[in-house]
Amino acid sequence: MPVLLIAIPLLAAALAWFIKAPAIRVRLLPAVALIHLALLIIALRSWRDLPHGAWLGLDALGGWVLLVISVLFTICALYAPSYLALRPDRDHRIFTACLLAFLGLASLLAQARHPGVTWVAMETTTLATAPLIYFNRNRRSIEATWKYLVLGSVGIALALLGTLFVAYAAHMGGIEEPLHYTRLMAAGEQLSRPWLRAGFVLTLVGYGTKMGLAPLHTWKPDAYGETPGIVGALLAGGVTSCAFLALLRIYGVVAAAGEAPFARELLIGFGILSMAWALVFMVGQVDFKRLLAYSSVEHMGILVLGIGIGGLAARFALFHLAANALVKSVLFLSAGNIHRSYASKQLPFVTGAIRRTPVSAGLFLVGFLAITGLPPFMPFISEFNIAAAALTTGHVLVGVLFLVLLAGIFITMSDTVLQVVFGVPSPQRVRTPYKDTFATTAPLILALCLALGLGTHLPAPLRAMLDGAVLTVDGHPLPVHERSLDLTKPQSLVEVR
Amino acid sequence: MSPDFLIALTMLTNFTLVATSRVNKAIQLAVVQGVLLGLIPIAMGLGKHFHILLVALAAIVVKGWFIPFLFRRALKQAHIQREVDPYVGYTVSLMLCAAGTGLSLVLAHNLPLKPGTTPSFLVPAALATLFTGFLLLVSRRKALTQVVGYLVLENGVYLFGLLLVEDMPILVETGILLDLFVGVFVMGIVINHIRVAFDSTDTRHLAELKD
Repeated sequence: MPVLLIAIPLLAAALAWFIKAPAIRVRLLPAVALIHLALLIIALRSWRDLPHGAWLGLDALGGWVLLVISVLFTICALYAPSYLALRPDRDHRIFTACLLAFLGLASLLAQARHPGVTWVAMETTTLATAPLIYFNRNRRSIEATWKYLVLGSVGIALALLGTLFVAYAAHMGGIEEPLHYTRLMAAGEQLSRPWLRAGFVLTLVGYGTKMGLAPLHTWKPDAYGETPGIVGALLAGGVTSCAFLALLRIYGVVAAAGEAPFARELLIGFGILSMAWALVFMVGQVDFKRLLAYSSVEHMGILVLGIGIGGLAARFALFHLAANALVKSVLFLSAGNIHRSYASKQLPFVTGAIRRTPVSAGLFLVGFLAITGLPPFMPFISEFNIAAAALTTGHVLVGVLFLVLLAGIFITMSDTVLQVVFGVPSPQRVRTPYKDTFATTAPLILALCLALGLGTHLPAPLRAMLDGAVLTVDGHPLPVHERSLDLTKPQSLVEVR
Repeated sequence: MSPDFLIALTMLTNFTLVATSRVNKAIQLAVVQGVLLGLIPIAMGLGKHFHILLVALAAIVVKGWFIPFLFRRALKQAHIQREVDPYVGYTVSLMLCAAGTGLSLVLAHNLPLKPGTTPSFLVPAALATLFTGFLLLVSRRKALTQVVGYLVLENGVYLFGLLLVEDMPILVETGILLDLFVGVFVMGIVINHIRVAFDSTDTRHLAELKD
C-alpha cells in the first residue's frame, strides 16, 4: 500500500506526458486524485501498526499531513479541468505531469521513515513544482521561477547539511545506520548535543525556507503572485505542509533528546517574526495574490509558533495545518477566478467583483473571514486554542503579541479584500468572457464546507490520529497502544486546559 | 597524496573562485573542486569499500564531466564571458571569503568530533566551502555564476558528508549527487528560458517583482 500511494501518481504523471489528447489528459487529474484519496483512507486505518524498522509507512503524523495534502489535491484536481479549459492557449502537458508527480513525491515524503529519504523527497518536490510556476511563460513568471529555484535549492542544501549533522550526532552517540526516526527517537539520550542543536538550526533554516518563514520567504510573494491560483493553492497548502512535516520529524528527534526547550525558543521567535513581517508587507498591498502570499507567511508563522508553545498548542498547530490548506485553497482558487474575470490581480483595476463574479467574490470574502478567524471555521478553532495555550502556559507576552498581530492582520487584509469585493467599479477595468460556472466554484464550496464542518465537529478517528501525531511530534517513537485515548468520551474542540 | 593536502587545495579553490571574473574560469574551478572532492575519499584510504569507491567515481563523473558539459552548452548559447559589475566587488569578496574561512575554523573548533577520529580539516573546509558558495550566490549577477555558487554550496555539503561516508548508506550519498545533477539540469533549462525571454542571462533583469 505505501508503494501504491507513491507509484500511482508517478505512473500517472508519466502517462500524462504521453497522452496526446488534452481532454483526456486533464481528466486524469481528478481520477488519480480520487484514487489516491481512497487508497489513503484505506491505508490510514492501520496507522497504529507501523512496523518498527520499515523504510516507508504511514504513522499518525505522516498520515495526517498526507491526508491534508490529498484532500487539497483532490479539490484542486476537481477544479483543474475547468480552469485549463479557460486557458486553451497553454499546453498543459508539463503542467499536468508535474502536478501528478508532486502528489507522488508528497506521498513519499509523508511515508519516509528515514531523514535521508525525507530530504530526497523534499528536494524532488521542489523540482517538480518549479515548472508549475512557469505556467504563464512570461518574463514575470520566469523571474518568479528562478527565485523559487535558487532560494529553494539553497534551503534544501542547508537542510541536507542539517540532516547530516543530526546523523553525525547519532554517529557520536554510537548509533549506526539505518537511522530511522523511530531508532533516533528511542536513542534520543545518546545523541551528541552540540551537533544535534546545530543540526536543528540548519534544518529549521533549510526547511523554513521551503515553508516560507520570514525572513526566508522572499520567493513566496513572487511565486504565488505569478502562478495560476491552482498552483498557489497547492504551494501554500501542499509544498509548505511537506516542508513543515520534514521539520517536525527533526524536531521530534530533538525533543526525544531532551533539547525541546532550545528548539521551542527558536520556533517561537521565527513564528512571531513571520507574523509581524507578513503584517508589515500586507499594509497597502494592492496585489491580492501577493496579499495571499503574505497571509501564507503569517500562517506558516502560526504553525511553528504553535509547535514552539507546545502541548495543546502543538495539537492545534497540526489542526491548523488542515485549516490553512482548506481555506487557502478557497482563497487562491477564488482569487484565480477573479483574476480570470478582470485579467488583472491589482487593486485599481479589480474592484466590485461581487457584481461581476458574485460566487467567486463571495467565496473570496468568506475565505478571508475564515482565515482571519471567523468562528466556527477551522482557523478560528486553532488560533483560539493556540492563543489560549500560550496565555495559560506562561507564554503571556507571546500570547498577547499573537493576538495583537492577528487583529492587525485582519484589519490590513480587510482593507484590500473589501475593495476587491465591494469597491466602486474602476473605469479602467477590463472585461473578459469569464463567468462563474458550477465547475469553477463547486470545488471551492466543497473546501469551505469541509473547513466549516471540521471546525464544528472533528470525527473520532481523525481526532485519534491527531493525538497520535502530537505524540510523535513530542518525540515519542511510536504511537503506543496503551496510550490510546478514550474516544467514547465526548470532547469539545474548543477546550481550554 | 594525503587527504589534508586535497582539502587544503579545495579551500584554495574557494579563494580563486570568488576572485575570478571570467564565467568560464569559474566553471572550470568548480569542476576542479568537484574532482578534488571525488578524490578525497580515495586518498583517505576508503577506496577499499566498494560502495564508497562507486560514490567517489560517480561524483567525479557527474561533477567532472556531466555538469561542465551542461554548463558549456548553456555558455555557448548565452554568449557570456565575464561577470561584469558584481553586487560585491572581487577584493571585498576575497576578504569576506577569508573571514568566512576563519569563522569556519572557530565554529568547527567548537563542535566535538567522535573520539578516535583523526582530527582533520573536513569540518572547517566544509563550512568554508558552504560559505563561499553562499557568497557567490548572493553577490553575482549572472545566472550561470549563481549556479556555480550553488555547485560550490553542494560541494561543501558533500565535504561534510565525507565525515560520515563510512557509516551512511549509499542512499544519502547518491541523494546528494542526484540533487546536484537534477538541480543543475533544471537550472540550466530555466537559464535558457531567461535568455530567450530577456536576451541575456543577467539576473538584474529579474527585478520586476517587488513590493
